[in-house]
Amino acid sequence: MFGTGLLKGLGVTLKHALETFEDDRESVPDRYKGSLDLGNNRKVIQQPIDQEGLLTIQYPEEKRLLPERFRYIPMLIWDSEKQEDRCTACGICAKVCPPQCIWIVRDSDENGKPVTRCSEFYIDAAVCMSCSFCVEFCPFDAIKMNHDYELAVYDRYPQLVYDMEELTVPLEYYAALWPTQYEEEQARRKEEEEQKRKQEEEKAARAAARQAAAAQKAEAGAGAPKRSAAELQALAKERAAQRQAQAQGQTADGGGDDDAAAAKRARMEDLKRRAQERARQRKLESGNGSS
Amino acid sequence: MTEATAVMDAPAGELGLAPELADAVVDTWAEDTEKAYVVAPDRILEVLTHLRDGQGYDFLSNLTCVDYEGYGGKLRAGIDARLEVVYNLYSTRRGGGSIALHVRVPEDDTVPSATSVYPGANLQEREVYDLFGVKFDGHPNLRRILLWDGFHGHPMRKDWHEAYYEEDAKPFRSRHPKGEYEFHEDKVPWAKNTTYPAGWDPDSWQEAVAYVPVSQAPQHENEPHLDTESIVVNLGPHHPSTHGVFRMLTRVEGETILALEPEMGYLHRNHEKIGERNTWLMNMPFTDRLDYLNSMSNNWAYALAVEKLADIEVPERAEYLRVIMAEFSRIVNHAWSIGFILNDLGALQTPALYAIEEREMILDLFEAVSGARMMCNYMRFGGVVRDLPEGWHEQAAYLANERLPRALDELDRLLTENEILMARGRGVGYLSVEDLISLSVSGPMIRAGGLAYDIRKAEPYGIYDRFDFDIPTLPNSDIYDRYYIRLLEARESVRILQQALRDIPEGEILGGRGGYTLRAPEGQVYGRLEAPKGELGFYLASDGKTQPWRYHVRSPSYINLNALGPMSVGYKVADAIVILGAIDIVLGEVDR
Ligand code: SF4
Ligand code: SF4
Repeated sequence: MFGTGLLKGLGVTLKHALETFEDDRESVPDRYKGSLDLGNNRKVIQQPIDQEGLLTIQYPEEKRLLPERFRYIPMLIWDSEKQEDRCTACGICAKVCPPQCIWIVRDSDENGKPVTRCSEFYIDAAVCMSCSFCVEFCPFDAIKMNHDYELAVYDRYPQLVYDMEELTVPLEYYAALWPTQYEEEQARRKEEEEQKRKQEEEKAARAAARQAAAAQKAEAGAGAPKRSAAELQALAKERAAQRQAQAQGQTADGGGDDDAAAAKRARMEDLKRRAQERARQRKLESGNGSS
Repeated sequence: MTEATAVMDAPAGELGLAPELADAVVDTWAEDTEKAYVVAPDRILEVLTHLRDGQGYDFLSNLTCVDYEGYGGKLRAGIDARLEVVYNLYSTRRGGGSIALHVRVPEDDTVPSATSVYPGANLQEREVYDLFGVKFDGHPNLRRILLWDGFHGHPMRKDWHEAYYEEDAKPFRSRHPKGEYEFHEDKVPWAKNTTYPAGWDPDSWQEAVAYVPVSQAPQHENEPHLDTESIVVNLGPHHPSTHGVFRMLTRVEGETILALEPEMGYLHRNHEKIGERNTWLMNMPFTDRLDYLNSMSNNWAYALAVEKLADIEVPERAEYLRVIMAEFSRIVNHAWSIGFILNDLGALQTPALYAIEEREMILDLFEAVSGARMMCNYMRFGGVVRDLPEGWHEQAAYLANERLPRALDELDRLLTENEILMARGRGVGYLSVEDLISLSVSGPMIRAGGLAYDIRKAEPYGIYDRFDFDIPTLPNSDIYDRYYIRLLEARESVRILQQALRDIPEGEILGGRGGYTLRAPEGQVYGRLEAPKGELGFYLASDGKTQPWRYHVRSPSYINLNALGPMSVGYKVADAIVILGAIDIVLGEVDR
């Protein structure tokens, strides 16, 4: 009969309408289940995969919970344990970046010799295509993807050209955004460090053995040895032990030495504050610039 | 698949030419990668005709050009001709691989136009003319297509430099270790950059209305009792139902369309030129931006071509992941396109919003695995970049086994028997499937015309030969069938997903050597796959360096537009909107 198809279709819309209506009358509609209430009507919503009814999210009051792997604009990691930037200015990220929006200035010491540290690091966020290649290929875990996506400003330049200060975040911030990956990474880094330490020890031991051999030769040839082979070996052992103690001391520092911990916290807070300050400044500037 | 229509005397990929044509092939090239036959320019039409009629190569898939100026590789030693026009032919009846023909042209020579043999060469030859300056003899409408008429030069030539030109190849030296940041806008040398072609005066120039089919459209004769006049009407470029910035130039009489020409290029960014500056891997995130609804299939198509060229193995689990992502992406695309066909018909928003509910869920999954909803950048040469996160598999399985089948059924109930849709769609936009194929149209369009041609079956890539699925076809080749075929295809995708999610093994996801320092061996390759919109192919030529020498995208949206004019003639303006909608184009891919 003519019209049955239409009626069938209307049945579907009616079903949708009723379902949504019913869902909305519940104390917690489907779309708010498992969401985080921030008060003031502000929510962070995690849409369950089996959600029915209304799917719309009332941005900006309501926001989606971002998955860990969400990528937007890169950030640079300040290693708050070691109190240093992780970046070594190796330049790999600038090389792999497809739109070439990373600009790095490698620092140099007072003699003009390049050092493994950058003095400037810019990312043009207006050009960045959020591909995350820089993160994938950085050998030092120094650059990661930030989740902060509300970056609108009135002017592109200079507001969207982020400098090092704006890009830098403390390690803890990264750990909070990317918990799973952070854990894996920490484990891997520990292991690598352990291996490196072992290698160095072996190297030292080998060097000591070589020295000892040379010393023996020298002894056989002419003059008195400065130190005997046994002495040298003992020395190497002692040094290794010292290094180990030092390393342990450093890790223990984090919890043990109150002063150091406080200093670290202060430094982190300072970093955060400065980043916020810059962001505010940027928004202000861009506001003035256009009005 | 229908019966083979031609007697084959050569296996696919081998050129079994008749004796009188044997001397038309003057050379072969790049045997180590994908062998090409070099044909004398004046014999190319004979060879094409023979291959089409005698050997069943009825589908001109890819037609492009390569500029070898300054080429450093060994393979071209002793060859002077600067430009090389490339043809890739397939058989839709028999399936299987392609035959690659090349024609070498010195800089200012012409090549006979293939449009008389394959009408589908139309848009592709215009593109080659526009970007390389190769003139095609006998082309009915040879004018610029992506760029405007006052544009100076042919940008895909190696000696043409863009406004922001820095260096020929990335990475640019200025970024490290001195990194003096320069504001991009400051670098545009407007004064120096704007030059005009000889004899072209910007002040007196007016856009010519010499659009051949439009200006020479036949006078309408059906209604002799009416004193009417046909006029030229531009639909677009800013009309919402053109799906982006796209213009349909029409000659209408009353409401009836006498001739229609697609006008495009408003979103042109010279993707391919950027691609030749990029290293091989850098192009991956750029492919996301082609058909931005289907970044997963774009990624895969590009990875497939490079893997073919550089002979890279893909681990088992990665193959499964690729299938899963691509099929989810197909469902996303088809849901979207169904919604918007209905939108164009006037069923505003309700079907579209219902259709994209599940798209939301799928995009959430994409985001969880790759970090982005649409610009996924998920595949790499030799696999995929990340394994599934915790809980992903269960959610995907829930979608594939429960939610998606239910949603597709609901869409079916909502629309398929709807009388208005039938009245508007049945018999509208008809073009026979033979015509569609000769116009190089691919994808759901030809399956809605009754030909079961799907690259997943005709030339299986990845691991598609392991799955049990059908290629749905419909007989009528009209708008209604083009709507319905997408629903049927989405159902098949669900079937594939169920199997893939059930069978996916544990293991490696990324093979070893596809990193950012990849050097592909010298040669050429054409890799293609069945993207949701049709055949998506990448033609790559390499001189053995870290950048592609030539990077060409054969985009289905662009080439399917060949059929827009022929399909619209005789129907009303309101139908033309839906006919365009039912081709399902994305301008990011059309204009590149
Ligand atoms: S962020 Fe990483 S890759 Fe980039 S310069 Fe620093 S250490 Fe190298
Ligand atoms: S995310 Fe991609 S585009 Fe952005 S800075 Fe990193 S490499 Fe460059």
